[in-house]
Amino acid sequence: MTRYLLSIYQPDGPPPGPEIMDQVDRDLRELNGQMKAAGAWVFTGPLHPADSATVVQRRGGEVVMTDGPYLEGKEHVGGFWIIDAVDLDEALEWGTKANRAIGLPIEVRPFAGPPTS
Amino acid sequence: MSVVPVAEIERVFRAEYGRAVAVLTRVLGGIDLAEDAVQEAFTAATLHWPSDGLPPSPAGWIITTARNRAIDHLRREASRDDRHAQAALIHVRDEPIEEGPVRDERLRLIFTCCHPALSRPAQVALTLRLLGGLTTTEIARAFLVPEPTMAQRLVRAKSKIRDANIPYHVPREAELPDRLRAVLAVVYLIFNEGYTASSGERLIREDLCAEAVRLGRLLAELMPDEPEVLGLLALMLLAESRRGARTTAGGDLVRLADQDRGRWDRDLVREGQAIVRDCLRRDRPGPYQIQAAINAVHSDAATAESTDWTQIVQLYDQLLVYDPNPVVALHRAVAVAEVDGPETALALVDSLAGDLDSYHLLHAIRGELLHRLGRDPEAATAYQSALTRTTNTAERSHLTRTLTSLPAPN
Repeated sequence: MTRYLLSIYQPDGPPPGPEIMDQVDRDLRELNGQMKAAGAWVFTGPLHPADSATVVQRRGGEVVMTDGPYLEGKEHVGGFWIIDAVDLDEALEWGTKANRAIGLPIEVRPFAGPPTS
Repeated sequence: MSVVPVAEIERVFRAEYGRAVAVLTRVLGGIDLAEDAVQEAFTAATLHWPSDGLPPSPAGWIITTARNRAIDHLRREASRDDRHAQAALIHVRDEPIEEGPVRDERLRLIFTCCHPALSRPAQVALTLRLLGGLTTTEIARAFLVPEPTMAQRLVRAKSKIRDANIPYHVPREAELPDRLRAVLAVVYLIFNEGYTASSGERLIREDLCAEAVRLGRLLAELMPDEPEVLGLLALMLLAESRRGARTTAGGDLVRLADQDRGRWDRDLVREGQAIVRDCLRRDRPGPYQIQAAINAVHSDAATAESTDWTQIVQLYDQLLVYDPNPVVALHRAVAVAEVDGPETALALVDSLAGDLDSYHLLHAIRGELLHRLGRDPEAATAYQSALTRTTNTAERSHLTRTLTSLPAPN
């Protein structure tokens, strides 16, 4: 088993209205259920918009906080899953299902470290 | 004493490298380990075979030697508490060497090399490296890429296979059509890179064609029921049959219509045509089969004048259904010129100029059609446009010759 991070890339700005989001929520609940039933689900983390983020870094020995996400951009990670899969093909299948449920690009990225059993 | 010439070892290397890497990748559970082991085994072969003679099964000798060397190596590492080596050793013990048809091994490796999670350049480089046994230097020179860049590309691709756990198996039925398309695209890209070299050293390019044909034959042997696999092989064989007639001794390009058809390789033509007929019987057409059929019609014609252009136009119509792209439409226009005349064809070509303005062939074809219509000043301008759009030496000199053969304006 390999552990993968599935990140949702979400455009900045207000989310779509309830006519769209209600269906997305239903599809996501369904998908999470499937992941759990398959033993793939490890963790899900929906996130607040990127402008709620704070960056902590060190400049000249001093800790500096900045308001907003680290990277400037039009899209940011809007949420993620951590899943276990036998191989990349299986992880990509979950990625495909996630993309279908949300309609947003999904980045599939392996965790470093020894395989999970 | 010396009974096995170096050339023979090289032949075995070419023929068996991919198979050995494929088997060892499964047995050892990793591509890097497999490559190192197979290379060590071939080094051992160059030491032993010249004096001991060729073993009864050279491939078996290489695979067994590679496996034993890898196990020795892993034991040494494992005794130093290397946990990867310990894990790999357990894997080796669990993987029998002779199990199932060997043909599956290389098939797995092909699908791993051409996995859609890898970029196309990475797929091409991996396929040539792992299945073709080409060196990084050879691949870099063939694709006109600096060697460190190509080495980096291969390392990165192999790391991704390992880290992202790209599977080493033949895709399931549901995924197979998509995955197979990627494999065929990689092989055809290798062939085309060698055939219509965008520039560069000719000899290495011809090696690429030979390698693509070899991969095509391998795929046809491994997947004999996939008509598009056969279509691609036939397409490459028929194109390859014309190699000797395609250029002059000086390396100048000779157009299909002007080629000495006596110099076509009749064996390749026969083989290609037989496969096309086989595809027709199967009646599950696809873009490679149709392109092969177009080439087969050309190969049927004893002279350029006796070409069945009507059939070629029909085949292009069929091809456009599968592959509606302007380059296909451009080639169709060339056939239309022979059926309905240059005027009709020119209108078709002009309608494609928006999409294909940067493509030198569009301008070269326009030039030819305008010349046939007696509009030489316009033809000259079109040939000039073609010249500014290609860097290929052979194509450039062909265009220059055509241009200077036009009657002088005024």
